[in-house]
Amino acid sequence: MWKWLHPYAKPERSYQLCQTLLPWFAVLGGLSLFVGTMWGLAFAPADYQQGDAFRIIYIHVPSAILSKSLYCTMAIAAFVGLVWQVKTAFMAMVAVAPVGAMVTFVSLITGAAWGKPMWGTWWEWDARMTSQLILLFLFVGVMSLYKSFEDAQQGGKAAGVMAMVGIINLPIIHYSVEWWNSLHQGATILKMGKPSMAPDMLWPLLLCIVSWVLVSSAIFLLRLQNEIVRREIKRPWVVELALQNSKQQAPNNMSTDRG
Amino acid sequence: MSPIIALFKRDLILAYHNRAELMQPMMFFMLVISLFPLAVGPNAATLKIIGPGVIWVAAILSSLLGLERLFRDDFQDGSLEQMILSTTPLPAIALVKVATHWLTSILPLICLSPLLAVFLHLNEAMYWALLVTLLLGTPLLSLIGAIAVALTVGLNRGGVLLALLLVPIFIPLLIFATSAVDAAAMELPYTAQLAFIAAMLLFAFALAPFAIAYALKVSQN
Amino acid sequence: MHFASMNEFVAMGGYGLYVWLSFGLGLLSVAILWLSSWSTKKRLFKQVLREQVRQQRIQQAKQQPVKP
Repeated sequence: MWKWLHPYAKPERSYQLCQTLLPWFAVLGGLSLFVGTMWGLAFAPADYQQGDAFRIIYIHVPSAILSKSLYCTMAIAAFVGLVWQVKTAFMAMVAVAPVGAMVTFVSLITGAAWGKPMWGTWWEWDARMTSQLILLFLFVGVMSLYKSFEDAQQGGKAAGVMAMVGIINLPIIHYSVEWWNSLHQGATILKMGKPSMAPDMLWPLLLCIVSWVLVSSAIFLLRLQNEIVRREIKRPWVVELALQNSKQQAPNNMSTDRG
Repeated sequence: MSPIIALFKRDLILAYHNRAELMQPMMFFMLVISLFPLAVGPNAATLKIIGPGVIWVAAILSSLLGLERLFRDDFQDGSLEQMILSTTPLPAIALVKVATHWLTSILPLICLSPLLAVFLHLNEAMYWALLVTLLLGTPLLSLIGAIAVALTVGLNRGGVLLALLLVPIFIPLLIFATSAVDAAAMELPYTAQLAFIAAMLLFAFALAPFAIAYALKVSQN
Repeated sequence: MHFASMNEFVAMGGYGLYVWLSFGLGLLSVAILWLSSWSTKKRLFKQVLREQVRQQRIQQAKQQPVKP
């Protein structure tokens, strides 16, 4: 397997791979996001307790699931980079972080908008929301650490160390927050019990989860390409690629540009 | 003389020469805590409720202030590079530096804590709980903080960045420490909280020196 | 279709504000991140081209003998 994987450690090959995958992820992701969201919003039956407010689930749950798994993805990429010194792994880590931060942010605001009609408050210091907020801080920390280095290689390694520290801490944070929550307030929060969902509601939810995975992978691939180009900006293959791109888009642009 | 002991002595002497700078986090700690009674009113009952939290938040903030100078001087005058190149294992060096830093800039804060407990009207049981959590928790602050300091030492302005990186990671410590003091206030046992903090401390003690060493190498490039 | 009319769909059984707020902001954030990543890609390629043109100009200037 290593033999098959190894060429992709080369930035140029990874760029090409991203280029082939990107349209698929983007088109399928956009399409399924549209279909899933419309299905959930307009066609799924309303919940008998929460009425139509429950439809927020079709954006809240996918983003909440993705937020933690994207942090894990980032930490795995950091681990691969730190242990095997794979440059592309650091680039992948840097590319995942903003996507993860965005998804965490979405899960927070949708959670707040769901909390207002259901619990009567925009923000409740309940365990899941609090640990989600901390997760957002962790993402932002990794991103800003990377941004503050001028040298991308060094910044990538530093951010990688921080991502590893974060992933070790994540379970500790999660359980401590849960424990803190049960100490400070009784079980006043309306627990969203998990009765088995009706298939009519479940199918659009599954489609939404898949579509969020696809869309964030598409954004990740795009950002990974940017990261590769940014680091290899002086290499001949990047220059060639840029020339090809400009020829495809505007065949006579170059001649006027030179004037 | 073993290089580790030599380094320990050197750092202590350097810290003694820099007394004025060491005083700054301490003054900050005092000031932040004396701001709270002014802000929320001098009511003893309120102060007693928020007291442990205030002291812990102030301790985290002022330790962040003090941490910045952990590797800074050594980085700027090049002795850090010498340490990385030397035959003494870098994790051991890192551990010694963290230990001296804790002794010189965090221990004074802890010595100051009885005074602050009086300020915030903590009773005796609460004060003992606070002292134990501070003694167990602040080495953890220093150990984990040193990783981030080692990463940001080469950057010109690391102050705010350091807070951004470290505060989320210190949250579990803050939760366990303040809940231990709260438990003491209600005359409940708080060994569970202490055990959690001690477990985190031991864990950090085992892993952090290696992370600090790697981070220093990254910073030194 | 669960809703009888367009008005009902917008009202969301009285929860319209919250539902549309969360879907609006959520999809907006996705769109913003996608567009900003896309424009970064464009900008990087432009930067490469500009650098290339500049290099060529430097090359030409070097080849031409300096006129007195």
